[in-house]
Amino acid sequence: MSRVFVAMSGGVDSSVAAAILADRGEDVVGVWMRLVPSGGHADAPRCCGTDEAGEDARRAAAVLGIPFYALDYADVFGQRVVDHFVDAYASGETPNPCVSCNQHVKFDALLHDVVRKFGGDRLATGHYVRATTGSDGRRHLLRARDASKDQSYALYMLGQRELTRLEFPIGELRDKAETRAIAARFALATATKAESMDICFAPGDYRELVRERAPGAFVPGPVERTDGTVVGTHAGIGALTVGQRTGVGVATGERLYVLHLDTDRRAAVVGTRAEIARTTYQLSDVRFVSGDPPSSRFATNVVLRYRGIALAAHVDVDRDHATLELDAPALVAPGQAAVFYDGDEVIGGGVVMRQAV
Amino acid sequence: MDRVYLDHAATTPVDPEVAEAMTRVLRETHGNPSSIYAEGRAARAAVDRARDEVAAAINADPSEIVFTSGGTEADNLALRGVLKVKDGRDGLITTAIEHHAVIDTARDLELHAHVRVDVVGVDRYGVVHPDAIRDAIDDRTSLVSVMHANNEIGTIEPIAEIGALCRDRGVTFHSDAVQTVGALDIDVRETPVDLLSINAHKFYGPKGVGALYVRRGTRIATMQTGGGQEKGRRTGTENVAGIVGLGVAMRIARERRATESPRQSILRDRVIAGVEARVPDTVLTGHRTERLPNNASFCIPGTDGESLIVALDLEGFAVSSGSACTSGETEPSQVLLALGLDRELAKGSLRVTVGRSTTEAQVDRFIDALARVVARLRDSAAVAV
Repeated sequence: MSRVFVAMSGGVDSSVAAAILADRGEDVVGVWMRLVPSGGHADAPRCCGTDEAGEDARRAAAVLGIPFYALDYADVFGQRVVDHFVDAYASGETPNPCVSCNQHVKFDALLHDVVRKFGGDRLATGHYVRATTGSDGRRHLLRARDASKDQSYALYMLGQRELTRLEFPIGELRDKAETRAIAARFALATATKAESMDICFAPGDYRELVRERAPGAFVPGPVERTDGTVVGTHAGIGALTVGQRTGVGVATGERLYVLHLDTDRRAAVVGTRAEIARTTYQLSDVRFVSGDPPSSRFATNVVLRYRGIALAAHVDVDRDHATLELDAPALVAPGQAAVFYDGDEVIGGGVVMRQAV
Repeated sequence: MDRVYLDHAATTPVDPEVAEAMTRVLRETHGNPSSIYAEGRAARAAVDRARDEVAAAINADPSEIVFTSGGTEADNLALRGVLKVKDGRDGLITTAIEHHAVIDTARDLELHAHVRVDVVGVDRYGVVHPDAIRDAIDDRTSLVSVMHANNEIGTIEPIAEIGALCRDRGVTFHSDAVQTVGALDIDVRETPVDLLSINAHKFYGPKGVGALYVRRGTRIATMQTGGGQEKGRRTGTENVAGIVGLGVAMRIARERRATESPRQSILRDRVIAGVEARVPDTVLTGHRTERLPNNASFCIPGTDGESLIVALDLEGFAVSSGSACTSGETEPSQVLLALGLDRELAKGSLRVTVGRSTTEAQVDRFIDALARVVARLRDSAAVAV
């Protein structure tokens, strides 16, 4: 019988994913990933870690009667997600840590270990997304049935190699209520657990983490209009995000947004909505779920941030680079993922590059 | 799937005779051993019989046995109890390969009780050299604590020599014998040890009960205050069923040791020979001959302990990597680092400990599985998903 590993976070979604697979009679193994080193204070046990989330996952696995392991991915998470997050903010970009975690930790390091080290056949997670197999034998990635919970944006990097090994049982559920009902049916204590909305490694204000790790990004600089007129000062590039509404300009009654962050001069360029004229963006690290683009130039609906709406666009692909042409101007922060959709299906995506002004 | 349990150093299954004796006590002997009426006397008699068994096993006097909640408490009582005695001496000497129950207690005493702690190193086989202890002892040394055999690598320490030189200098000597009582012959009349830690669940007794042997005349204070049980050295109503279980387990271990330990050492050698033959580049850790009869421990380059344990568990085998803690944190064992092993090599540690139920067939199946798992882990480093 084939063996499926489930990445269990301790939350309700991944617990229910494990429950659904176990209920189906599959040979299920639960794993919890330690992503940050455990608390170092002297009173804490040195080992036999009692991190709350890990304990919740362990208890859920025990209720389901499946084997469970806590595995250490703190190194890869620290480098590929946290360090990248800090570096990106410090250089004026707006990273999506869920994308880097999915790309480098869950669906690279963990999937590799499941298949290559532990002899697993498949990996399942509690993501709200669907993976299906088409009549051509290829795997397809689709939005979750419950569009309001859909997480396909953060999973665009999955290719055929990964998807043949992946399962997302939660993506098939109608809504969160169904997830919770299943949790209740299996007597999982996570059934009523509150959902986390924070960035998992920086609860509260992520800027505190960036400030601590990259103090150089918190040196004040000028706030300028597009014509170079200085209209104020900011506390540091690291605290700003392209597209964010700023406090300056209140006196003139204008609504001003961060259009561009110039790290060399530590300048924040701001402007009104009308000044957001850009329709063309360069994308790097472009990849496609099927392995290839539909054609070298194709029309698509692109989503430019998590839970963002789909915008009509055309994409010109040049190996792992692409030029994105939006039908209507939009302000996009560099570092964000641009994800191409055909209806509910994810075609692929890339990372928005810093643009020349 | 038939499980194969090869982690007897972590804990052992309770012997059915032990379980039966404990069940009987729980059902029939409800008295408090401190009570003077019949029910109390019955409970006291049960505790005393167990005390006799434990004493007989190490050739001690029953009055020298203090029951505790296990090995950790016995170690704590030994270290804290001796260092608490006000005699102008504040020095504690221990080794780099002690169990956490000793080394962390020593560090705690250093931090909070102004105890001077001296940690003596070991050679590459994990042997503590008596000369190193002799050199470390000075006029302020109150206690020397050296384990009888290491729980991770199985090396047996020369505690008779170390005890003798402690005695020459008038220094109290403690040995954590949690891994050896039941497996090795220990005679406290021949071995100059003043304090000896014992743990029931390492020799087919229940968890949560142990004992500290305290040689008559040893100055030791109590850690807890209360009703004065165990002559005030470990106060608190006795764990009667646990103590009875300890006593029965001790008797069975003593009866079987002469045949069982040699039998296990043959299985141990079969593990070592099989792993060395089938898993290339494996490094045996610990001393090749001066080791526990049930312990085979290794470092396997190109693997990590966590992956080994998980992969072998999924194949039906229970083994461990260094110590029994599973935290999802990969840190090489302090014991292995103390041997001077490279950090990367130390991460690939594997401990196989056989027991009474282990058979040759199980050992052979294990070696096959290990060879398969190690090959897979080594290959995985070179292959993407």
